[in-house]
Amino acid sequence: MNSTRDIEALIDAMAKLPGLGPRSARRAVLHLIRKRALLMQPLADLMGQVAATARECLNCGNVGTTDICDICASEKRGNGQICVVEDVADLWAMERGQVFKGRYHVLGGTLSALDQVGPEQLRIPKLIDRVDAESVTEVILALNATIDGQTTAHYIADQLEGRVSLSSLAQGVPIGGELDYLDDGTIAAALNARKSF
Amino acid sequence: MTASARVPGLYLSDLTLSHFRSHLSARLSLDARPVAIHGPNGAGKTNLIEAVSLFSPGRGLRRAAAQDMVRRPEALGWKITGILHAPGGAREVETWSENGAARQVRIDAKAGTQLVLGRIARVLWLVPSMDRLWIESAEGRRRFLDRMTMSFTPDHAEVVLSYEKAMRERNRLLKDQVRDGHWYVALERQMSESGAQIHANRQAALIRLDAAQTEAETAFPAARLELVQSEGAMPETVSDLREALSEGRFRDLAAGRTLIGPHRTDLFGVYAAKGVPARDCSTGEQKALLVSLVLANGRALARDFGAPPLLLLDEVAAHLDAGRRAALYDEICALGAQAWMTGTGAELFAELGDRAQYIEVTEENGTSITRQSDPA
Repeated sequence: MNSTRDIEALIDAMAKLPGLGPRSARRAVLHLIRKRALLMQPLADLMGQVAATARECLNCGNVGTTDICDICASEKRGNGQICVVEDVADLWAMERGQVFKGRYHVLGGTLSALDQVGPEQLRIPKLIDRVDAESVTEVILALNATIDGQTTAHYIADQLEGRVSLSSLAQGVPIGGELDYLDDGTIAAALNARKSF
Repeated sequence: MTASARVPGLYLSDLTLSHFRSHLSARLSLDARPVAIHGPNGAGKTNLIEAVSLFSPGRGLRRAAAQDMVRRPEALGWKITGILHAPGGAREVETWSENGAARQVRIDAKAGTQLVLGRIARVLWLVPSMDRLWIESAEGRRRFLDRMTMSFTPDHAEVVLSYEKAMRERNRLLKDQVRDGHWYVALERQMSESGAQIHANRQAALIRLDAAQTEAETAFPAARLELVQSEGAMPETVSDLREALSEGRFRDLAAGRTLIGPHRTDLFGVYAAKGVPARDCSTGEQKALLVSLVLANGRALARDFGAPPLLLLDEVAAHLDAGRRAALYDEICALGAQAWMTGTGAELFAELGDRAQYIEVTEENGTSITRQSDPA
């Protein structure tokens, strides 16, 4: 019997994670084995626990361990604003900013006829329902500035036009950014969206 | 004009090829003068200028995939490097493909995109397959037009990609008979924004080409160019195009594809002095019109961009008589372009004399051998 077979299987599994390759997976597994009690066992326990309880929020599509996530359950977050994002990672990024105080709606992707991803696969009908059910006054479209992202934004805007205030995130110079390093399109967008000083 | 009197514009020096098609290894040390490449059929002359075409965005002059450019049987991947001298200074450009993956670009040792290449280098080409450009399908003429447009407006490539992506999505909806109006509206909005921009860029390019032909004294016939639609007229503004797409939806559903937009534009050319459509001209005249346009494009770029483009003229002597050939060489030298020209014999370039640098390409056991040689 190969004494390292299970460890190699673990390395192979780790290497499939985003951001990790075979080399970094080997280093991570070796580190975990060395810190078995302190790190590996608690990690394994947590992974088992989350694997058993993780689910998508029935309302917004966020990931949590309850049917309704903390943000949707919070009365304070029901301020009439819904921020539409493509993915849970985008929701978490917005939350890190600690600025937005409303609720979210995670689409789970973007419209793509070629990949056979339509409105039904994207929880767009649910978003339309929420606008009425939650007395929403503003929908903020925080979708990626790609063709698919913008097609999806236009699609939602076309559905909700006249029923609710619609906005999208500004595009332009990032905080701490230097003009010299920006591409032409970003500079043009920033100039078009300039504001009074 | 002698080589020493020339003000260097855009040119390649220190070109190296590794495992690129028939070239196992080639190393060329060049100056700004035109490059005359001669050698027998199948020696690897076109492969050499194909390598140079990869200093511009896209799939090069053969429109080949990166994995098709590998040298076989090794199939190790390929790499091309060169020092690109442009008005803004010299840049070290590397482009390569490994394991059949998409080609990569590095500029001055930093990873870059192919679109960045379009901003630092303008490369135009004429290849024998384009000899039938005026009589074959509109797609080839559109591609020729877009390459000239891109040379003036590098961002044109990105706009074309955006349009095509949105159109492919819309065509899929049409084919699948999807009836969701909101989805069409979203895609048509994207298509109309990029589509109107494509049309405006193309028209601006035609104006520049027309001016460059009118102002120049040239031995080549001027081509009067016009954008025409396969049917009807091209809606020119964003709102007109959006409206046309919306109105045409029912017809498009029946056809299963989009029937209006800049993808249905054709380039109509007329031999100006004779008033004869280019497609009805003789083979030699058709070639002369193409050469005329490429030279006009070069002159316009020299004026706007500060340097003429790199010109790649494969088998350019074919269909040109000795007089026109000499005139072409004189115009290239006057333009100051580093034109890469191929021909089977060195005598085809005799009129160039020491105004050009020469590369002889031969083939030994399936491998191209390049040798820089003296004027014929």
